[in-house]
Amino acid sequence: MSGVWVFVENKQGEIPAVAQEAIGAARKVADGLGQPLTGLVLGQGVSGVADAAFNLGVDAVVGADDATLAHFRVEAAGPLAAKLVGERQPAVFVVGGSTYGRDLAAWVAADLDAGIVADGINLKVEGGVVKVTRPVYAGKLLADVNVKEGLQIITLRSRAFPKAEPVGKSGTAEWVSAVVSEDNIPTKLVGFAGKEGGVSLTDASIIVSGGRGVGGPEGFAPVKELADTLGAALGASRAAVDAGWIPYEHQVGQTGKTVSPDLYIACGISGAIQHQAGMRTSKVIVAINKDGDAPIFKLAHYGVVGDLFKVLPALSAEFKKRLGS
Amino acid sequence: MKVVVCIKQTPSTTAVLTVDAGGNVKWDDPGGKPNVLNPWDEYAVEEGIRLKENHGATDVIVLTAGSEESQEALKTSLAMGCTEAILVSDAAFSGSDTTGTARILAAAINKVGGVDIAIFGKQAIDGDTGLTPMQVARKLGWTPLTYVSAIKEVGGGKITVERLLDDGKETVTANLPVVISVVKEINEPRYPSLMGIRKASRAEIPTWGAGDLAVDGGAGAAASKVDWASIYAIPPRVGSVQMITADSVEEQARILADKLFEEKVI
Ligand SMILES: Cc1cc2nc3c(=O)[nH]c(=O)nc-3n(C[C@H](O)[C@H](O)[C@H](O)COP(=O)(O)OP(=O)(O)OC[C@H]3O[C@@H](n4cnc5c(N)ncnc54)[C@H](O)[C@@H]3O)c2cc1C
Ligand SMILES: Nc1ncnc2c1ncn2[C@@H]1O[C@H](COP(=O)(O)O)[C@@H](O)[C@H]1O
Repeated sequence: MSGVWVFVENKQGEIPAVAQEAIGAARKVADGLGQPLTGLVLGQGVSGVADAAFNLGVDAVVGADDATLAHFRVEAAGPLAAKLVGERQPAVFVVGGSTYGRDLAAWVAADLDAGIVADGINLKVEGGVVKVTRPVYAGKLLADVNVKEGLQIITLRSRAFPKAEPVGKSGTAEWVSAVVSEDNIPTKLVGFAGKEGGVSLTDASIIVSGGRGVGGPEGFAPVKELADTLGAALGASRAAVDAGWIPYEHQVGQTGKTVSPDLYIACGISGAIQHQAGMRTSKVIVAINKDGDAPIFKLAHYGVVGDLFKVLPALSAEFKKRLGS
Repeated sequence: MKVVVCIKQTPSTTAVLTVDAGGNVKWDDPGGKPNVLNPWDEYAVEEGIRLKENHGATDVIVLTAGSEESQEALKTSLAMGCTEAILVSDAAFSGSDTTGTARILAAAINKVGGVDIAIFGKQAIDGDTGLTPMQVARKLGWTPLTYVSAIKEVGGGKITVERLLDDGKETVTANLPVVISVVKEINEPRYPSLMGIRKASRAEIPTWGAGDLAVDGGAGAAASKVDWASIYAIPPRVGSVQMITADSVEEQARILADKLFEEKVI
C-alpha cells in the first residue's frame, strides 16, 4: 500500500471549502509519508475540477465523468470509490466531513473492511501511520486515534484545517468509467431544494447566533442584520429552534451542527453545555448577554453585558462604518 | 411491516467526564442520571413508534449492542412504546471498531428476520463518529438513507424520505428494506408514559451473545482496525473573558470592533 488519496468533492464544478481543506491536509500527510497525492474526482462535466485539484497541489487525478454522478448519490459514488481505492491500494484516504463525504467514507470503509477514523481536527504522520486527534464525548475530551493495519480512512471536521493554496500545478487526469448504471441506483431523486442564499453554518468563518434572549421570531432581526453586515452565517440555540423562531438547520450544539468559525458571536444565549458542544472550538468567541453570570462568559474571549437589542444595532452600525457595507 | 431501532446508551449530555491514570474514561452526573438513551436515538425511537401508529408497522424492536447496563436505555425505549427489546452482549464483542459494530448489528438484524426498516440516530454522543448506520446498511446490502428529516410516505414496499444535507433538502424514494439515520428535525420525542414505564420495568429482555449470531467477519477488540491510543482532557484555556465596558453601547461597539480587527477574525 502506498500513496495518499483525497476525495475532491465538487458542487456545480466548484471545489467547496471542505474539500479544499481536505486537499491541504492530505497534501501534508503525503509529504510526511514521502508519497504522491491523488485526487478522486467524481461528477459530470468535471474536467475543470480535475484542473483545479492539480492547481491545489494534487500530483495525480483519477476521475469519473458520468451523468449518474452529477448529483452526488452515494449509491453511485460509493461502489466506484470502493473499487478504485480497493484496486489502487493507497495507504491513506482522506475525506472532508461534509454530509456527502461522511457517507462516502463510511461506505468505502464498510466495503473494504478498512479502519476508519472520523472527524479529525489534527493529523500527524508518525512511522508511516497517521495519528488523528479528534474530539470525543461532545468535545469534552480529545483522543489520539489511528488505524493500526491496512488502508487508513480519515474524515476531517470542517474548518479544522487550512485550505490548500493554489500552486500553479497542472497535469493530466486519468478518467475511468462509472460502475453503477442509472437503472441499478436504488434511490430515485424526487426533488432537491437548495438552501436559499445565506452562508452555510459549517463553512462560515463568522457566525452570529441568537438564543432565547431574542424573545421571538422578530427578535432575530438585529442578529440577522449583524450577520449580514459581517457576511456571517446565522446560528441559533436549541431553545430558539424549539420555540419555532428559526428553522432547525440553524441550530448549533450537541443535537445541531458542530461549528468552528474564526469568530462566534452568541447573542442572548446562556451557554448551556449542549450548546457549547457545538461551538467551543471557535477561534474567538464573543458573548452578548444581559446576565453577567451566564455560563457563556466562562467560554467567551470577549463579553458585553447588556441588552442585545441595544448592543447589536450599535455593533452593526460600527461595522457598517468600518467595512463600508 | 417490521421495524428495528438501533440505539446506544451514552453518558448524559451534562455528565462530567474524567480520564483516570489508566486512560479509562469515567463519568458522573451529579445533578441527574449519568447514563441516558443517546439523544439522537430518541428521535429514532420516536419515529419507529410513529411508523407503528401511522403506517401500520407491526413490530418496533429496539436493539442495542452493549453492556448489561444498556438494558436501561432499552427499557426507556420500551416505555416510550417500542414493542420488543433485544440486548446483544458478549465479552467477545467489546472493543469493536465501527466496522465490527456494524457487522454485529447487521447479524442481529438478520436474525430478527423480515425487517423492512432499520432506524438509527445520526450519531452517538460518546464516540461521535456517525459512521455506524451507513456501515450497517452496507453489511446488510440495504439502501442507506442518512440524515433523514422526514418520512413522507411508506407503503407498497417503498419509502419516500426527505434528507437534510449540507447544501439543501433532498427528497428520494427507495424500495424497502432500507437503513435510515435521523436528525432532530424529524419529530419531537414523547416522554415515556407511566404505564409504559411500569410495563418496561417488568420486561424480560433477551440477550443474544456471540453464539447466537452469525457475524460475518470479525468483531471485538481483536478484529478492530482502529487503535484508540489515548484519550485525554482538553488542555484548559489560558486567559479569561475580557469584558467590554464603557459609558455607552456605541463606545462598547467601537472597542469590541477594534479588538476583533486586532484578532484578525474580521
Ligand atoms: C439532549 C439535549 C440536547 C441539547 N442539544 C442542544 C443543542 O444542540 N444546542 C443548544 O443550543 N442547546 C441544546 N440543548 C438545550 C440546552 O440545554 C439549553 O436549554 C439551550 O441551549 C438554552 O438556549 P438559550 O441559551 O438560547 O436559552 P436560555 O438558557 O434561556 O438563555 C437565554 C439567555 O438570554 C439572555 N437574555 C435574555 N434577554 C436578553 C436580552 N434582551 N439581551 C441579552 N441577553 C438576553 C439571558 O440572560 C439568558 O442567559 C440540549 C439539551 C438536551 C437535554
Ligand atoms: N452498539 C450499538 N448498538 C446499537 N446501535 C448502535 C450502536 N452503536 C451505534 N449505534 C447506532 O448508530 C448511530 C450512530 O452511532 P455512531 O456511529 O457510533 O456515532 C447511533 O445513534 C445508534 O443509533
